[in-house]
Amino acid sequence: MNSSLLVNVFRFILLLAVQIVIFNNMTFLGFIMPLPYILFIILYPVNGNKSGLLFASFLLGLAMDFFSNSGGTHATACIVLAYFRPAIFKFSFGVSYEYQTIKINDSLTPERFSFILLAVLIHHITLFIVEAFQVTIILDILLRTLLSAVFTILSCIIIIYLIKPVKR
Amino acid sequence: MQQIFNFIFKNSNRILFLLLLCISLLLTIQSHSFHKSRVISSANFVSGGVYEKINNVSEYLNLQTQNEALALENARLKSILFSTKDTTEIKKIENLEGVAPDDILVSKVIHNSYNAPENFLTLNSGTLKGVEPDMGVINNLGIVGIVDKTSPNYATVVSLLNTRSQINAKVKKSNHFGSLVWNGKSTGFVQLIDVPRLASVRKGDTIVTGGQSVIFPENINIGTIDKIYIDNKTNYYTLNIKLFNDMTNLGHVYIIKSKNRAELNNLENQNKKNE
Repeated sequence: MNSSLLVNVFRFILLLAVQIVIFNNMTFLGFIMPLPYILFIILYPVNGNKSGLLFASFLLGLAMDFFSNSGGTHATACIVLAYFRPAIFKFSFGVSYEYQTIKINDSLTPERFSFILLAVLIHHITLFIVEAFQVTIILDILLRTLLSAVFTILSCIIIIYLIKPVKR
Repeated sequence: MQQIFNFIFKNSNRILFLLLLCISLLLTIQSHSFHKSRVISSANFVSGGVYEKINNVSEYLNLQTQNEALALENARLKSILFSTKDTTEIKKIENLEGVAPDDILVSKVIHNSYNAPENFLTLNSGTLKGVEPDMGVINNLGIVGIVDKTSPNYATVVSLLNTRSQINAKVKKSNHFGSLVWNGKSTGFVQLIDVPRLASVRKGDTIVTGGQSVIFPENINIGTIDKIYIDNKTNYYTLNIKLFNDMTNLGHVYIIKSKNRAELNNLENQNKKNE
């Protein structure tokens, strides 16, 4: 338990740092930005403390907001994702997901991919809707969501493969 | 009582979620409604400090473009100096009338965002150097934005590329006024709205700041007219303006402390008291 807490704290700081230093400066076509910091929420232990996750993702989003001057948009998107995470698990891995030993940071299977896809889409749609805060540019929001989601998923998968624990 | 506690324990997750959602939505709505009440901004010592560290490194990557910009500005100033007949007599530079040299503060952009609908810059000078909210920020090519929040060492600037920014601007040759806004689409273009149809505007005309606000002095360059749209509903022009500035690549900027500003604010406060 203790080591998993440490791993999570370490992951929290590392992902935030990588996001701010590297990925915030990576913009394609002026408006597409990968946001792999949500890997923290995706990789959080399946049976871990749920209120702990909610609180941690709120802090994660708030930290992002501090760095990008965005009010509370990242915080909102993060806690929405954290709240719906069990539902996405249920959808991707079946009803009895809690009794299986699921590890997200392993080789890519369709279940894992659908989980990441849904998580990223939920986060991005919430983020861009809250950020724009108006319905008139809904098409613009959808476009940004789709394109950014593609890049976020790509960067997430690359990071997962990079930090994948070595099999013995 | 027992049941209330049971209910709270049972739904503790949902209650926590709703609580946190309320807090974050509140922060979002606040930042959308009034600039001055923004609680979360990068003008604090943690994120400002981190951005300064990052900028110290990334500065080297675009030294060349910054040097070129400075060399160009030098050349322009030299040409003004050499074309005067008597070089001992210092000519006023055409751009910044009514602004004394010690009212201009040089500062560095340590963070720049341009991919959201509401973009902000972070500068590495704050209240200790005399930066206050609502000061204008320009660079050698044109205007950049307006100071939003300040901390002792850092300040955030509402970029031109912010859908909530609204700046008074005019057509240089005909003095017709309009409001400069951004539609959130392209980083190279902003829109000048509410230009009366009487104005004779043509593609390529220069747009400069108007004199109706205390934030910017008159006649600071903004950009040139790229396209002209006629608004059918209101009989006003909407002009698409190509910026002189590349807002995605900003180095050093100048913060303008307006001289008449304290006087004007005093006057406005007096009016408020009288009401």
